[in-house]
Amino acid sequence: MSGADVAMRSGAVTHGGDRILRYSLVERVNHWIAGLTYIYLLLTGLAFWSPYLFWMAVIFGGGPASRFWHPWIGLVFFVSMMWMYKMWAEDMRTTNADLAWKEKVGDYIRNQDDNLPPIGRFNWGQKQYFWVMFWGIILLLISGVGLWFVEGIPWSLRYLRYAAVIVHVGASLITIGAFIIHVYMGTAMVRGGFTSIVRGEVSRAWAKKHHRLWYEKVTGDTSARR
Amino acid sequence: MSQATTKIVRMSGHAGTVPGAGFNREYDVCKLIDTTTCIGCKACEVACLEWNGYTFSQTTFDNSYQTMPETAWNYWNLIKFNEHQRDDGSMMLLMRKDQCMHCEDPGCLVACPADAAIVQYANGIVDFQEGNCIGCGYCVSGCPFNIPKFSPTSKKVFKCTLCNDRVSVGLEPACIKACPTGCLHFGTKSEMKELADTRAKQLRDVSGFADAGVYDPDGVGGTHVIYVLHDAKNPEIYGGLPKNPTIPWTVRIWKGPLKWIGNLAIVGGIIGVTLHYLRFGPKVVDDDRGKNGDGHERR
Repeated sequence: MSGADVAMRSGAVTHGGDRILRYSLVERVNHWIAGLTYIYLLLTGLAFWSPYLFWMAVIFGGGPASRFWHPWIGLVFFVSMMWMYKMWAEDMRTTNADLAWKEKVGDYIRNQDDNLPPIGRFNWGQKQYFWVMFWGIILLLISGVGLWFVEGIPWSLRYLRYAAVIVHVGASLITIGAFIIHVYMGTAMVRGGFTSIVRGEVSRAWAKKHHRLWYEKVTGDTSARR
Repeated sequence: MSQATTKIVRMSGHAGTVPGAGFNREYDVCKLIDTTTCIGCKACEVACLEWNGYTFSQTTFDNSYQTMPETAWNYWNLIKFNEHQRDDGSMMLLMRKDQCMHCEDPGCLVACPADAAIVQYANGIVDFQEGNCIGCGYCVSGCPFNIPKFSPTSKKVFKCTLCNDRVSVGLEPACIKACPTGCLHFGTKSEMKELADTRAKQLRDVSGFADAGVYDPDGVGGTHVIYVLHDAKNPEIYGGLPKNPTIPWTVRIWKGPLKWIGNLAIVGGIIGVTLHYLRFGPKVVDDDRGKNGDGHERR
């Protein structure tokens, strides 16, 4: 990979106009740091969640090792999410186009995409997922620090110890629900999506179909307008 | 405990009834702490350290006789000293031996996620098995008495064992052994309750402590360490002994309904996306295959 590729920003048209760069290398690296650390946190966290899933801790070196690394990996996940926020917060703001798209979300679910209004780089659902994970990690970090240093919370403020337990579990469950949908859509449902977050590129047709406003913006091609 | 398994119920070649077969022995143990006769000598603190193999820790002076603010991972037995002004203006120096209460319904055990890191014996002793402990500290959040303490060196949690190692071979706990005033007693729960009630009645009838009573809180199903208090209506004055200790409600919800809701939601989510795929299938961009549209071949 050349230096130009590394520095290439999202929206660049590559391969003689055939492909469009959807995620820059930096964005992909960030996504996969977040993704892999989240999977580690999910599996070790599920081990602490239920005795029937404790075997997951065994995969990662046993209970004490999982317990030792879980908060540190959590910090890495937190940093990666803050980095993602810095890169994507602007793109993740809900627009009027998103609100029009949201009205038709039932058509999106039923794969009747021809009925959908055009949207930008991310659709309303992707933005919801981003904000769930963003606020989720903030709650998980705050409550997680409370669980990590539970004896640092004085006995007179013990309600914070009790709150940390329920907030951490509650926020985890919400992110798990969102994560299941994200993985399903990114791999099985929206073909081309997984390749784009691995190799960065999508075809013109893919961009035109799923993110037409973004496609028009980066290519200047408005011929698809009806 | 140990006797329970070796009680003989049938004998080969034995004429007549089996000696002791019908005998019903109570195995649930109890420590009785009579705060009204404690003199705060701390012999129990020393005995606890000696038996359990810990050296004396750095003390923290806080304008009282108390050794340190609260129990520590290597200091399981602590007398809490509190000056209390009564309604008539007179002062009382309250001394209460603080340690694990060995709850019938232990919050530490309910909160713990590690297989067999906390066990409850039939005799009522709640014991930490440090070999199974993963050091998560959930027990710290689950305990209504602020007892489990995390060791930063071993990353395990420790607390009073009620001298399980001594009790299981028919000895009384080390603290009991050391008490010079006889304010500590050890026996079965019913014996200790009877003794405690007798002493509380004596305090009410003879000594002028109208509110004297026994502390054996129902909120945790009763405890295997009980107190006689001069003022059972205000246990908080004895160094923060909770009036109605219970397992924190967040821990209850987390280990109860939330577990079911969460598991159903996770399984439901996986089933849901699978059904979606079976019903609606993937979103495929036809043009991507070069069939029509902009005419570009798929790479």
